[in-house]
Amino acid sequence: MSDMHAESVAFVRETALPPAVPPIAERGAVRWMRINLFSGWINTVMTLIGAFIVFWLLSGLIPWIVNGTWEGDSIRDCREILQDSGGGCFAVLRERWPQLLFGFQYPEELRWRPSLAFALLFVAVPPVLFYKLPRWMLVITAVFPFLAYWLIWGGTAISPIFAALGLVAGYLVFVRVEKRGLVAGLLAALVAVVAVWWLGGALADEFSRSLRIEAVPSRQMGGFMLNLILGVVCVSLSVPIGILLAMGRQSRLPVVKGFSIVFIEFVRGVPLITLLFVANVVLAYFLPPSTNFDLILRVIIMITMFSSAYIAEVIRGGLAALPKGQYEAADSLGLDYAQSMRLIILPQALKISIPGIVNVAVGLFKDTTLVSVISMFDLVGMIRGPILSSTAWLGVYWELWAAACVLFFTVCYGISQYSQWLERQLRTDHR
Amino acid sequence: MAMMDTNPGGMSVSDEVAIEIRKMNKWFGQFHVLRDIDLKVRRGERIVICGPSGSGKSTLIRCINALEEHQQGTIEVDGVPLSSDIKNIDKIRSEVGMCFQHFNLFPHLSVIDNLTLAPIWVRKTPKREAEETAMYFLEKVKIPDQARKFPGQLSGGQQQRVAIARSLCMKPRIMLFDEPTSALDPEMIKEVLDTMIQLAEEGMTMICVTHEMGFARQVANRVIFMDEGQIVEQNEPEEFFLRPRNERTKLFLSQILGH
Repeated sequence: MSDMHAESVAFVRETALPPAVPPIAERGAVRWMRINLFSGWINTVMTLIGAFIVFWLLSGLIPWIVNGTWEGDSIRDCREILQDSGGGCFAVLRERWPQLLFGFQYPEELRWRPSLAFALLFVAVPPVLFYKLPRWMLVITAVFPFLAYWLIWGGTAISPIFAALGLVAGYLVFVRVEKRGLVAGLLAALVAVVAVWWLGGALADEFSRSLRIEAVPSRQMGGFMLNLILGVVCVSLSVPIGILLAMGRQSRLPVVKGFSIVFIEFVRGVPLITLLFVANVVLAYFLPPSTNFDLILRVIIMITMFSSAYIAEVIRGGLAALPKGQYEAADSLGLDYAQSMRLIILPQALKISIPGIVNVAVGLFKDTTLVSVISMFDLVGMIRGPILSSTAWLGVYWELWAAACVLFFTVCYGISQYSQWLERQLRTDHR
Repeated sequence: MAMMDTNPGGMSVSDEVAIEIRKMNKWFGQFHVLRDIDLKVRRGERIVICGPSGSGKSTLIRCINALEEHQQGTIEVDGVPLSSDIKNIDKIRSEVGMCFQHFNLFPHLSVIDNLTLAPIWVRKTPKREAEETAMYFLEKVKIPDQARKFPGQLSGGQQQRVAIARSLCMKPRIMLFDEPTSALDPEMIKEVLDTMIQLAEEGMTMICVTHEMGFARQVANRVIFMDEGQIVEQNEPEEFFLRPRNERTKLFLSQILGH
């Protein structure tokens, strides 16, 4: 066809040209690299610098992991085995792993109990996280806190059973009385809860030997288990409290609104670490000497207060982002305040707030390591205290802190991935 | 324009009073939005309210279902006085349907859920029955095939028709329309107006804030012109459009009909 002149000669194609492969510089990895890494001299220089940094990091990291040893009972053993290979002394992780997970005081023969509670967590949480699972599974979620408490702390099962029964009784009474007014319902429910708890307390004292497994006091809790307990409990408490505070801040009732604002502004204005010191030391002054107010409970209250104030502000942002028309449409259909909040406003406001709530939740989980400052032996407390100060493992910093990073990263990355999945699921605007 | 002379479709207006507003006043802070409003709406009446922007027409109909509070005077809907008593307000709201300029559908719920939500939660209708009613009204507004979609997937006109159907599912005795076509593209206005006309032909008591004068001519028994928070002129549509008496009405009509 090369001798053909389109302008002067009529042309009919008789054979179709087969599709050809593009030239080497225009396809596959070469093309990708040319566009993304070497498009212009600045990018080329940056690529080379970047490649050097990656190479430099990996040249230290890979031998550290590959040559590392898992054998030996002390840092001296490690040094003998490793010589100058640059490997890590991972033997510390093997030897101290149970301590990193459970702390150094939790009875060895009982470690299966918190492990079981941890395993059950993966049955109890999905019904909340994945709304497509059948609704009856929420029963498992409702039972789990009491079961997990019993497994981890031990003692007589009467206390957790009556704690649960108290809440059930409170709910039932509330449903009955609520028709006569919200306040009456709440008061009656409170009376029912307190009555059942009081009864349970009396029974637990009386029959403290029945349904009993060996008790483990709070001061023996430690390791990553403590971080997980604090993280799970505080996140699951602070989200509902945060929702209430956010709604309270928008309330028309001056008392509710005032309380919410003062609470949020005060708690946000105080460093968490001071609240923890208050929990640790100061509360003991205010309580009568005979009361035994559990330290973990005190810490849970403080962290929950702290993060619920943050979550309240995140949710307030979500509420403010909703057009006023949504409230008006709900009102004009005759929905009352509770219905319009539950069915219309909160589902949308919470959806908007997911990234912010997850942000607070991840931050909260990592902040549970601050309890190491008030001499509790969580994962960080264990590493800083008993492990690093033992003569066997003096100076094994990198391996231990790397392990702590990996543990926390796994959980936090999981939370983040879940939230992104949830956002995709809830997207109905089809942009 | 034969339509102008008679009540189209033989729509009947009874003597029963649906809404009665007496000496109603409302302020936004210092600003006197509604001044001495007196209005009596009989059952089956179809009223169009027009007027320049800021004249208080939207505020007036929003007062009727207590989306706005009035400070003086009385409003009675179906004989129930609109006071600060929350029970009266909820009762009136469930009897009065409202359509908004921006539809205000619930974007997180599918169309069918938008329609069944209030019947299920406010009227305590069983879910099946509520869904049957919802489908009935979706067919009436001619979009039954969109029932499982989300509002964000529909056109503006379709959304407004869903909003009308959502109000109808509560079986309201009165419908309020707050500029239902102002946010729509021109080619979608007709489908919404057709739905409203159909509703009028079935004898629904309606108050519409709208600038669709063709709709007013065809459907309304009465056109009300508001300016600066007052009812300046009201009349039957024919008289209103052909022989407006107030100077401001004349000016307004010449402006909106002038092109």
